Amino acid sequence: MTAAGPRGTARPGEAPAISVRGLAKRFGSRVVVKDFDIEVARGAIFGFLGPNGSGKTTTIRMLCGLLTPDAGEGECLGFDIRREAAEIKRRVGYMTQRFGLYEDMTVRENLEFIGRMYGVEPLQRRTTEILTQFGLAQRSDQLAGTLSGGWKQRLALAACVIHSPELLLLDEPTAGVDPNARREFWEMIHALAAGGVTVLVSTHYMDEAERCHRIAYLAGGRLLLQGTVPEVVAGSGLHTWSVEGPDLATLQQELRTRPGIDMVAAFGNALHVTGTNREALDAAIAPFREDRRYRWERVEPSLEDVFIHTLAHSEAAAAQ
Amino acid sequence: MIRRGFSLSRFRAMLVKEFIQMFRDRLTFAMMVAIPIMQLVLFGYAINADPRALPTAVLLGDNGTYARSVVRALENSGYFQIVAWPARPADAEKLIQSGEVQFLVDIPIDFGRDVLRGERPAILIEADATDPVATGNALAAAAALGRTALMHDLDGALAPLQPGPTPFEIRVHKRYNPEGATEYNIVPGLMGTILTMTLGMMTAVAVTREFERGTMENLLATPARPLEVMLGKIVPYVFVGFVQVCVILGTGIALFDVPMEGSFWLLMLCVFVFIAANLAVGFTFSTLARSQMQAMQMSMFFFLPSMLLSGFLFPFRGMPGWAQVIGEALPLTHFLRIVRGILLKGTGWAEAWPSLWPILLFLAIVAAIALRRYRQTLD
Repeated sequence: MTAAGPRGTARPGEAPAISVRGLAKRFGSRVVVKDFDIEVARGAIFGFLGPNGSGKTTTIRMLCGLLTPDAGEGECLGFDIRREAAEIKRRVGYMTQRFGLYEDMTVRENLEFIGRMYGVEPLQRRTTEILTQFGLAQRSDQLAGTLSGGWKQRLALAACVIHSPELLLLDEPTAGVDPNARREFWEMIHALAAGGVTVLVSTHYMDEAERCHRIAYLAGGRLLLQGTVPEVVAGSGLHTWSVEGPDLATLQQELRTRPGIDMVAAFGNALHVTGTNREALDAAIAPFREDRRYRWERVEPSLEDVFIHTLAHSEAAAAQ
Repeated sequence: MIRRGFSLSRFRAMLVKEFIQMFRDRLTFAMMVAIPIMQLVLFGYAINADPRALPTAVLLGDNGTYARSVVRALENSGYFQIVAWPARPADAEKLIQSGEVQFLVDIPIDFGRDVLRGERPAILIEADATDPVATGNALAAAAALGRTALMHDLDGALAPLQPGPTPFEIRVHKRYNPEGATEYNIVPGLMGTILTMTLGMMTAVAVTREFERGTMENLLATPARPLEVMLGKIVPYVFVGFVQVCVILGTGIALFDVPMEGSFWLLMLCVFVFIAANLAVGFTFSTLARSQMQAMQMSMFFFLPSMLLSGFLFPFRGMPGWAQVIGEALPLTHFLRIVRGILLKGTGWAEAWPSLWPILLFLAIVAAIALRRYRQTLD
């Protein structure tokens, strides 16, 4: 194998699993991903967050060679993402957003097909092993189309790992799946990561973001934030008060108009009042704190507060 | 660089998958086998380009011997079946207008007397020619009756009234299909049209389905290479094509005694090339179509000219020049010549080759387009 070059021989643990710089992609005149840099360490669970159309799927597709970047360069598992897509494909498990297996084939047939495509040997033993590992043994002869959402997603994950990939790219794997199935799914992901597999997973769920080692927040095709969850929260420079009491809707309307308050969002029975300047924020809420009916409390800004604030800022910046 | 090349095991994986999906879709599979039988029976038994015993009305102005001989001769030709003897011209008119009869034979008053006087009276045959195919042969047969119908009545002293002998004799000799059995033409023709229709459409749909159901993204994410996917998709349908050919040939021989003058293996070789050409067309369509529906429409777009311009439905030599040029570009045209040649004329390799290479050329061009169009990325 000469195509891989010296990078291809890098042992796991040495180079980062993913390292890309200046990635860009446009479809026609629409810029989908712009000037994108990321680095993902081996064995990490890396979360991709961002609103719909923020370029998560496009980035994942560029990483595994399904799309050719318009600009930028980088390596995935030590292979050049432009020239060595074939090598990357052999070592990556990609779970598409939409169920990508054959509904008119059984669970086992699907796994065997994918296994054969990757040249898995010995196929029968590995298939049985995977069926057991993912709890699919009972359903191995069931048509994939008759599985429920949670089981389909399990099967899709099983198909992704049958060839023991070094990197898993999961595109919104838990969309539309019930909480219990989601929890089990994340347990499987953590088990895989513990075994040394690098996982890059896109999601809309904040609780899932908290399960990641590191997260990145994308909007409008740009990477806006990245780091561990505490880092991202601390780095946002946001200050937040939580308030509980009667008629929060009216309070929300009033608070929104005050200078010093950037954001007021409902969180269950409380409002989160957020600002970037601590003194200004405190001054703004001071008159409301005198009202005895409300209970005020200083809290950590939630990830959602941070994202929404960041998104609003980036949009304001883009509008200028 | 083994990894860049063609992987037999991945090709096999595609094959296994396609066969599983094909056999699981029982309805489609049954259709692919049933269509040839159905078409063959319909075309062979129900559809006849040389219809006989067409309903005829006779307006008899003269009830003499000669007039009746003419009527008898018409009936004996097999084309005319007298179903009505209208008394007045108006009634006769109604019959033909309503479509109750295809022909109206008007034998004038005093026909017999005029024949005897040598006045060469005219018998008028009015034909409902809305369907020219249906009436053509009958009229040709009727035209010949003038000479023969009264041969036996006009003898002895009346012999000079017989039309003089024509200076030369026209002897029609139909070769290869002396009885003019339409089934003999139908079987080779159907073999070609059915393969064109089902195979092109099936491959086009099979590939487009991967895009429509969202499985293509998954397939592209695996190390599969375009040639492996393309061959893996096509080969199962080669198998289907041969099943169809066997069904058509078997039914044709069993039901219609279609001869097999030439080499069976030469035929199979040509069938193979033809099947491959059609599958390549289907695959190319699938790289252009966005949905299964579009793929189907594109297949029809290819199928219709194939059927109309290949010489299956209408004689190739009767088409205008431009249509013949289009026809020559279609694989079906050449395939029909090959199959007719092998089945009916017993032609060999040397005679088949001039029709085989155009199909090979077509296959090469279309396959090249398909491979170029098939994207390994989603760009």
